[in-house]
Amino acid sequence: MSVIYLLLSLSILVAVIFFVAFIFAVKNGQYDDSYTPSVRMLFEDELVKEKPKTLKKSKTN
Amino acid sequence: MEMQQFYYDNKIVKKFLYATLFWGLIGMIVGLFLAFLFLFPNLTDGISWLSFGRLRPLHTNAVIFAFVGNAIFAGVYYSSQRLLKARMFSDVLSNINFWGWQLIIAAAAITLPLGFSTSKEYAELEWPIDIAIAFVWVVFGWNLIGTILKRRQRHLYVAIWFYIATFVTVAVLHIFNSLELPVSAFKSYSVYAGVQDALVQWWYGHNAVAFFLTTPFLGLMYYFVPKAANRPVYSYRLSIVHFWSLIFIYIWAGPHHLLYTALPEWAQNLGVAFSVMLLMPSWGGMINGLLTLRGAWDKVRTDPVLKFMVVAITGYGMATFEGPMLSLKNVNAIAHYTDWIIAHVHVGALAWNGFLAFGMVYWLIPRLTKSKLYSTGMANLHFWIGTLGIIMYALPLYVAGFTQASMWKQFNPDGSLVYGNFLETVTEIMPMYWMRAIGGTLYLTGMIVMIYNIVQTVRKGSAVTDELAEAPALQRVSKGMVAGEHWHSWLERRPIQLTIGATIAILIGGIVQIIPTIMIDSNIPTITSVKPYTPLELEGRDLYIREGCVGCHSQMIRPFRDEVERYGEFSKAGEYVYDHPFLWGSKRTGPDLHRIGGKYSDSWHFNHMYDPQSTSSGSIMPGYKWLITDKLDKSVTERKMRTMMTLGVPYTDEDVANAQQSMTEQGTQIEQNLYGDPAFAEAYERDKENGGPDFVEMRDREIVAIIAYLQRLGTDIKVKDLETTQN
Repeated sequence: MSVIYLLLSLSILVAVIFFVAFIFAVKNGQYDDSYTPSVRMLFEDELVKEKPKTLKKSKTN
Repeated sequence: MEMQQFYYDNKIVKKFLYATLFWGLIGMIVGLFLAFLFLFPNLTDGISWLSFGRLRPLHTNAVIFAFVGNAIFAGVYYSSQRLLKARMFSDVLSNINFWGWQLIIAAAAITLPLGFSTSKEYAELEWPIDIAIAFVWVVFGWNLIGTILKRRQRHLYVAIWFYIATFVTVAVLHIFNSLELPVSAFKSYSVYAGVQDALVQWWYGHNAVAFFLTTPFLGLMYYFVPKAANRPVYSYRLSIVHFWSLIFIYIWAGPHHLLYTALPEWAQNLGVAFSVMLLMPSWGGMINGLLTLRGAWDKVRTDPVLKFMVVAITGYGMATFEGPMLSLKNVNAIAHYTDWIIAHVHVGALAWNGFLAFGMVYWLIPRLTKSKLYSTGMANLHFWIGTLGIIMYALPLYVAGFTQASMWKQFNPDGSLVYGNFLETVTEIMPMYWMRAIGGTLYLTGMIVMIYNIVQTVRKGSAVTDELAEAPALQRVSKGMVAGEHWHSWLERRPIQLTIGATIAILIGGIVQIIPTIMIDSNIPTITSVKPYTPLELEGRDLYIREGCVGCHSQMIRPFRDEVERYGEFSKAGEYVYDHPFLWGSKRTGPDLHRIGGKYSDSWHFNHMYDPQSTSSGSIMPGYKWLITDKLDKSVTERKMRTMMTLGVPYTDEDVANAQQSMTEQGTQIEQNLYGDPAFAEAYERDKENGGPDFVEMRDREIVAIIAYLQRLGTDIKVKDLETTQN
């Protein structure tokens, strides 16, 4: 059962890493705006959508 | 603002997508084949590499790491580039990631049927492949983090957070669960023994579900569901809460796989508590995914992509409700070891992973090939037979699990078991196994329809090329802004570097400190009467591992009245101290074997291994004819014992020196016992006469080793009442 100390310390270490990442992410301003990111990812930045020859209305999604 | 033009790497996405389809097909075919082996156990009679025990790990590894794994890479490579507005960090790394992963899968597909297995679930691959996995995984992480560093979008979308967590945690889990000491090129022993090994294995095994089948797919959900619905995610704030709470809680839930076992109770209860808590973040994510479709439900009616995704998220919700429920000890007492668990994991695998991957493929392929899906009708057909397949698979197995568990536990008024013969409880659920095979057939048929549809779409569409894109360069934080700042403020803007640096630091530190601690200081608590296996028993145990017996037989009797009545005294932690690796098992397709030693004669075992139906009519165990005929490889026995000594098993140098002699003596004894059966004596003598110079004496064959091991099992501690019911 002594291996539980290894597992507990590893689990806590992983948790601490994530916690530190969380703190820094918040301080970094990653979560200041909780609306724009969800919309921004819907826009695409590819320059060529479809073959230029196609006359069909180009899709926007 | 400076605009930069760059190309998205679509070809790597295409490669991973094709690999997803190919390995998905293979993995599901193997799975379906296994379902039919339940019905026709001797379908591959005498062909060792097509036997159930060896193919089961191939199925699980193929669907988890090959099908789902490639789908993860495809989705991550597509979405990360677009979310970060940058091409992947390095094309070379992308290709090493792709080809390395495929080579690992190919290696698994060859070594597992050949019987090279560590027997630890979802970590069966032997040590050279483990090292390759660690290498390729680091390449993947390097590539992902490199891309994050050169991103053109400062804000990291929630999907990226899920990908980072996946990389970090899988690396830690894989390394620590795979710590093993090699004996030869394709044989190693886990550095942990018994209870310890079980705990590490399920800490890994549960988190393989958490961080390989769940977190990366949640990232994919947060990208592809909004994209396909063309709606922003229901609540971005909820997605952040979902992410952080999920990863904090998930990693603690492993011990719920070991309830009522010899694992100390406080560790079990710790696992239960976290498993119950896990319901909240899981359902938070599920609700967030489903509500993303608010106002877009009309699209679900017509768009097959969304149909797949809705069922996937619903399946995720079902599986993550069931998980905490199964973690309750009273529910687990019924469900553990039964087909209920098989149903549970397949709701997760077929619905959540399978359907989300299918939805993603149907969405991506037309985009990559700049065309429309060849046939929406076929995609709808796939959806409906797939959904029907999931239902036909899961429901019968729920019934099977519950029925069998109830039968196991049923007592007559006089205190004897109603179904004392284990086989009766198997025969009862055979119709359910039939229905499961039909459900699986439907699901696989859907997959084939999809592959045809995709092939046609690709043929019709234009060739996949790298896509030109444009985005403003990431604005540097200007000099003025940071004038006079401390190093800490600098660090605060770079959470990624910090995460990675810290992870590498703990891994190196952890490995350097912990491996020697485990290997040198093996202070395993011992019961004085528990002794190491004899050399022949050790070899027999390795055959048990090679044949994958652990896939259908547990070696862990829980302290329940019915199990003690059926199998014998419940299992104690101290009995497993020399078990590298542990072989507790997690499914009882056949009875528990922990107290099998001494219950039957050597002759019975011989006949049973040759033709199980001859001793147990109606048994669904396949015959192991090759064990009867093949010569036991005794060439590395000494090295195996030396490795065990390094791990703390108290063999003496004398034991090692006498290993060959000891094996011959014990083998001869068993050979003599077998002569007690006149039919055997007659047949064997005749073979001996006709055998010629290559004839292998019975005492040198594999069967003798496995009989030696089986007869040893559970006999170390004195049990008052060995007169238990027949299984």
